Amino acid sequence: MRFSDQLETRIATMLTHYPVKRSILVPTLLFVQDEVGYLSDEAIAEVAKRVELTELEVRNVISYYSMLSLKPKGKFNIQVCTNICCMIRGGESIFDHCKKKLGIGHKMTTPDGLFSLEEVECIGACSWAPAMQVNYDFHENLTAEKVDAILDDYKRKAQQ
Amino acid sequence: MADAPKLVNLTVDGKAITAPAGTLLIDACKNAGIEIPSFCYYPGLSVQGACRMCLVKIEKMPKLQTSCTTVVGEGMVVTTENDEIHQARKSMLELVLANHPLDCPVCDAGGQCELQDMTFTYGAAESKFVDIKNHRDEQQWSPVVYFDRPRCILCYRCVRVCGEGMDVWALGIQQRGVSSVIAPNMEDHLECEECGMCIDICPVGALTSGAYRYKTRPWEMNHVATVCTHCGDGCVTTLGVRRSDTGMEIMRGDNRDKSGINGDFLCIKGRYAFDFSKEPERITVPLIRRNSKLEPATWEAAFELIASKLKEVRDRDGGQAIGVIGSNRTTNEENYLLQKFARLVLATNNIDHHRTADYPGFVSALAGTQNMTASMRDVASAPAILLIGNDPTEQHPLLAWQIRNNVRLNKARLYTVNSNQIKLRRQSTVFHLISAGSEGAFAQFLVGNDSAASSVGDPQALNSLRDKLRGEQGLVIAFGSEIRGEHIKPLVQFAQSVGAKLICLGDYANSRGAADMGLYPDLLPGYYPVSQLTGSKDEDWMGKAPKQPGLTLQEMFSAAAGGRLRALYVVGSNPVARYNLDPFALKNTFTVVQDMFLTETATLADVVLPAANAYEKGGTFTNTCGDLQRLQKAGDVTTVKSDFEIIVRIANAMGYDVHGLVPFAPGLRADMGQTRGAESGEADRHKVWLTRQGIEPKLSPFDPLALLDEIQRLVPGYEVSRLNLMAGNDQHTQVPDIGSGELPSHPELIVPSEDTLFTSGTLGRYSKTLNSVMENDRAVPEDAGIPAD
Ligand code: SF4
Ligand code: SF4
Ligand code: SF4
Ligand code: FES
Ligand code: FES
Repeated sequence: MRFSDQLETRIATMLTHYPVKRSILVPTLLFVQDEVGYLSDEAIAEVAKRVELTELEVRNVISYYSMLSLKPKGKFNIQVCTNICCMIRGGESIFDHCKKKLGIGHKMTTPDGLFSLEEVECIGACSWAPAMQVNYDFHENLTAEKVDAILDDYKRKAQQ
Repeated sequence: MADAPKLVNLTVDGKAITAPAGTLLIDACKNAGIEIPSFCYYPGLSVQGACRMCLVKIEKMPKLQTSCTTVVGEGMVVTTENDEIHQARKSMLELVLANHPLDCPVCDAGGQCELQDMTFTYGAAESKFVDIKNHRDEQQWSPVVYFDRPRCILCYRCVRVCGEGMDVWALGIQQRGVSSVIAPNMEDHLECEECGMCIDICPVGALTSGAYRYKTRPWEMNHVATVCTHCGDGCVTTLGVRRSDTGMEIMRGDNRDKSGINGDFLCIKGRYAFDFSKEPERITVPLIRRNSKLEPATWEAAFELIASKLKEVRDRDGGQAIGVIGSNRTTNEENYLLQKFARLVLATNNIDHHRTADYPGFVSALAGTQNMTASMRDVASAPAILLIGNDPTEQHPLLAWQIRNNVRLNKARLYTVNSNQIKLRRQSTVFHLISAGSEGAFAQFLVGNDSAASSVGDPQALNSLRDKLRGEQGLVIAFGSEIRGEHIKPLVQFAQSVGAKLICLGDYANSRGAADMGLYPDLLPGYYPVSQLTGSKDEDWMGKAPKQPGLTLQEMFSAAAGGRLRALYVVGSNPVARYNLDPFALKNTFTVVQDMFLTETATLADVVLPAANAYEKGGTFTNTCGDLQRLQKAGDVTTVKSDFEIIVRIANAMGYDVHGLVPFAPGLRADMGQTRGAESGEADRHKVWLTRQGIEPKLSPFDPLALLDEIQRLVPGYEVSRLNLMAGNDQHTQVPDIGSGELPSHPELIVPSEDTLFTSGTLGRYSKTLNSVMENDRAVPEDAGIPAD
């Protein structure tokens, strides 16, 4: 499998940072996911080969992180935190609101392929709970209205 | 060698103990006789710190600490048991049990489960959790590995033993937190070495074995430690046996008590491939050919017929008209008995076996040296290992395990010289790929024959490899049958120059024993050439053996074809198929075959005798390194007989006084040799020797130990500690020093068995387990043909 030249350079540079190849596994997976859209079987086999691990080991790591996905996701991946701090500050109703608004449930994608939704554990934004993450962007101190605005924003972005 | 680490003093439960710096607290306590409960900790594997059962109180440290991750420190004061600790462990158990199905009454591990034991100790059986348990169906991952997810306590032992120990990395852990789950490498199934190590190491019944699951309970079995009957490495396998209609049935094999050279290691063959003994195709009654068909007969009729025919041929055409072929899977005592029977009763030296390594060549090359062979234990501790040829992962799984662990745990250096990219290259400090057939040239190169390098490979790389090897102290050199004949000598010379020890690798469980016990047309037990027997051995039976070397296996078949071989006695071998011998050669030869199955050779026989296998009898095996170990009878099929008993009975039926074969107690009038002088007469001399060794004379002519006495007396190198041997310990034998001269070694007659991890000669053909795993068909050479033993 071929990656873009940019990604190839990135991988090559990262490899020089560590004594063992497997150390670059997690960032590599993230970058590959960004490029391919998700971690396909082919991508996993390729990454395993490059870092000299078995495919099983690569899958083990992927399954550990909610940011890594084995299935194609929507253009915008919404991860709503419902862990303790967020839960206390209404994270669960934010999640419910998203479900209603998008018409999909946990780990599902809208038919137009725009949004995916997921309930996740703590994303490290407890001080600004409730919080959610859309791709790499954080949105904090959420309310239902705020969520509506954010989602509309993304919809607009997609149309541009 | 590094300096011994310095000792650290600490106090555990009020007791002052010392341990080398760097020791884990849990180990230090164990060595001092204080046991700390643990699930995820396992000696020899990396530290996990997952289960938190090993919590202890260490003064000056906040909170309880996991003793499996804490290294001993000077002045540490440790408490391993108090109310706080007890409560902590109990809570841990409650968490573990939160989703545990508690199906002990049907679980394979019931009765030998670490979780059961802990729950009994800490009384955590009642739970505060009210949630419904999350049930998952059991999954079959391979014919031998099953996974029952709810029982898993996530100790990661299986993951680590498969990866670190086996270097297979077939198991992983997926998801995280409460959803963590053990996963096989092929999503819904396993493709691996099918060794069953993961099942064995699982502290609960989450991983279970296809061969054993739901068949019996641990307390319903007897457990007999004996030696694996497959490859030449000599693993101890503890067989669980249970009474059945036909005798004793083997239910499972493992080595949880870590007895033997293999610790808890067993490959798929030692663990599962005992199933050939229950194959419906197994012959259980003697068969005699009548009207060109093999028909069931009584043992008496069979013995009578065999005795009269053999006698007739011997008396009419002489011993040279009879041939005998022995086995690589029969015990030392049986091999010794067989050749003694051939030489004394049949009066012939026409005796041979399927040769898989050049042991006579090895012994010749070692002439004049002392203590130059390594034991299987040495492989696990030597600072460096040189492996030439062979593929231990496939052909010597225990050797490969020893090497891997030595590299991993002790940082041993492995130098591998091979014509294939064998898997052990992954552990090698230096891996040198050579062209096939140039192993011998490499040996020549090692002793300074630089011109030999050209055929081996890049001279510069070779030079640097040789320099490294020259700098190694305590090197162990293991070589495959690629090195034979004249090429062994330079290797020995090199070993001598660096103080290395050697291992000559042969296939099958007792190929070394077959060689040491003289299954050769030209060599007696202990490699005495038949033609030039000198010294005191003359006074023993060996002096009565014919002096003319006999026919080799191949020569016997040509003699048969030429009408010169009138009788052939085959014990546990299938030469017809292996050597592409002409089956019609035997049409005028009276042939007797002793085996478990109707092999290609057995179907040609005039009489077929049902033999017991190595799990069904006592005796000893010598592994490929020369380690002598004791076999104990585990399984039993009442209608078959051991090869030992069969040979004695045939001799008896031929009118031979069996005291001359097996020195068992001679009866009431026996004296201890005093009246006629200590050295007169075989039986008497033997009794004198027995008395000196403090060994009881045997009462039964079928007791192999009676012959072990004689072997220990007459075969140089076998004078090992009888006490240790009987206690189940391996005893390294030395090769006899033949002084000067060369032994006839016939390197051209060596044919490797070509077995892989999943095949095992005739036995493998009849093992359902070995045939059922999908990896079975990998890597078997196309032209390997049908195995001989
Ligand atoms: S059977 Fe052996 S090789 Fe296969 S998964 Fe278990 S430990 Fe690994
Ligand atoms: S399957 Fe057994 S060995 Fe593996 S993690 Fe679970 S309990 Fe431990
Ligand atoms: S390594 Fe050899 S001796 Fe050990 S269990 Fe496997 S086949 Fe048997
Ligand atoms: S609990 Fe939601 S971000 Fe930490
Ligand atoms: S044994 Fe120490 S944490 Fe498991």
